[in-house]
Amino acid sequence: MKNDVSKEKALKIRKGDIRSATRLIRNIENNVPGAKSTIKHLFPFTGKAHVIGLTGSPGAGKSTLIDSFISRYRKNDTKIGALLVDPTSPFTGGAILGDRVRLQRHAEDPEVFVRSLATRGALGGLSKAAGDAIHVMDAMGKDVILVETVGTGQQEVEIMNHVHTVIVVLVPGMGDEVQAIKAGILEVADVFVINKANRDGTGKLYRELMHMLDMADSFPGGWRPPIIQIGDMFDKEGFGKGIAEALEKVQGHYDNLVEKELLGDRIRRKALVELNEALQSSILAPILEQLIADGKMDEMVDRLLAKESDPYTCAEKVAEKYLKKP
Amino acid sequence: MADRKLRIMVAKPGLDGHDRGARVLARCFRDAGFEVIYTGCHQTPEQIAASAVQEDVDVVGLSCLSGAHRYLFPRVVELLKAADAGDITVIGGGVIPDHDFEMLYDAGIKAVFTPGASLDSIVQWIHDNVEIQ
Repeated sequence: MKNDVSKEKALKIRKGDIRSATRLIRNIENNVPGAKSTIKHLFPFTGKAHVIGLTGSPGAGKSTLIDSFISRYRKNDTKIGALLVDPTSPFTGGAILGDRVRLQRHAEDPEVFVRSLATRGALGGLSKAAGDAIHVMDAMGKDVILVETVGTGQQEVEIMNHVHTVIVVLVPGMGDEVQAIKAGILEVADVFVINKANRDGTGKLYRELMHMLDMADSFPGGWRPPIIQIGDMFDKEGFGKGIAEALEKVQGHYDNLVEKELLGDRIRRKALVELNEALQSSILAPILEQLIADGKMDEMVDRLLAKESDPYTCAEKVAEKYLKKP
Repeated sequence: MADRKLRIMVAKPGLDGHDRGARVLARCFRDAGFEVIYTGCHQTPEQIAASAVQEDVDVVGLSCLSGAHRYLFPRVVELLKAADAGDITVIGGGVIPDHDFEMLYDAGIKAVFTPGASLDSIVQWIHDNVEIQ
């Protein structure tokens, strides 16, 4: 019976029903029992969309770029899904999801589905529900899915596990040349965009990125991340050119993945991450819940505080109880 | 364990660019633990209704200081119903004369808050009247 309900929901979503799709995303966010079983029915129909991630510091212009990308894609009738992630307050659990402001000219276009997500404490720049939300949009038949991370710093690289092409958006004037050789976010870029490239410091940033790329021994699939400069958005012609060039490179990157048979690796990476998460939530989460419900968790914490035990011994004891020896 | 959160959209319909109040409310809803979708000024009722459906909100809060609430607020309710989303609670606020309240309630606006309404009273109203999905 329950299976039929989720099957029916999945069918509605595949036919493009926005209300069912957005509610499923919400149920995933909320951990509502039953949501996962609808995803099970959708999963076989995913894997067709080109998923593109945009990351970069707060105010770099990610939402504005997405808005312009959508306009351009819609000229070719490309169906669009967009997921916009903004941070949850660590104090109240509330969030202001404000990326949508930039995208409102597409609000009435039935082939553009925009959904905002709060991080709800996830640290990698996305929300835990992002992976499944991508699947939902994919199964709806969206051709391109754009995913915007929260404004990121140096370390939030979770996006690379969920998309085919990562665009890192930078703006001039953010730091010195040491920043460009650090590990982290710059390493995951498939395409760089220097946004607001009419501002001072653009040339310097460009040169630093070029130096950084010059130092790499090789690039997977021979794809050296291109650097696109996009200037003043009020200069319509110049801005439009930059947007067109960026999308050309994004497509080029995807084509290269296909040509060099690397797309499979990315999909495999995503599948592995999702399996990991599913294992965590199916195996670890219920055990933790049980420990909390029994009061065992508090008991163990008390023992740690009294120095009667240590975290590793406690964990081993729990594992002994729950893990069957083969 | 389900962890449900109230989702609310704060929107400004029509040709009214005074959004300080709307932004104060957005912040207050955030502090109340809600997930707030903020869509900015100069929105048509069509944009607001379509966005509310896509975002799966429980509540749409409309702010209007221009005097056009008699058309704009009911139109949002109408469009939501047409989109099979009549279950979304629509509330409104702004510079609204007392004698318009009845008309707005009749049109399906569930509550109206005018200058002087405390932030707490608005949050409390939502807690008392809206069931989180």
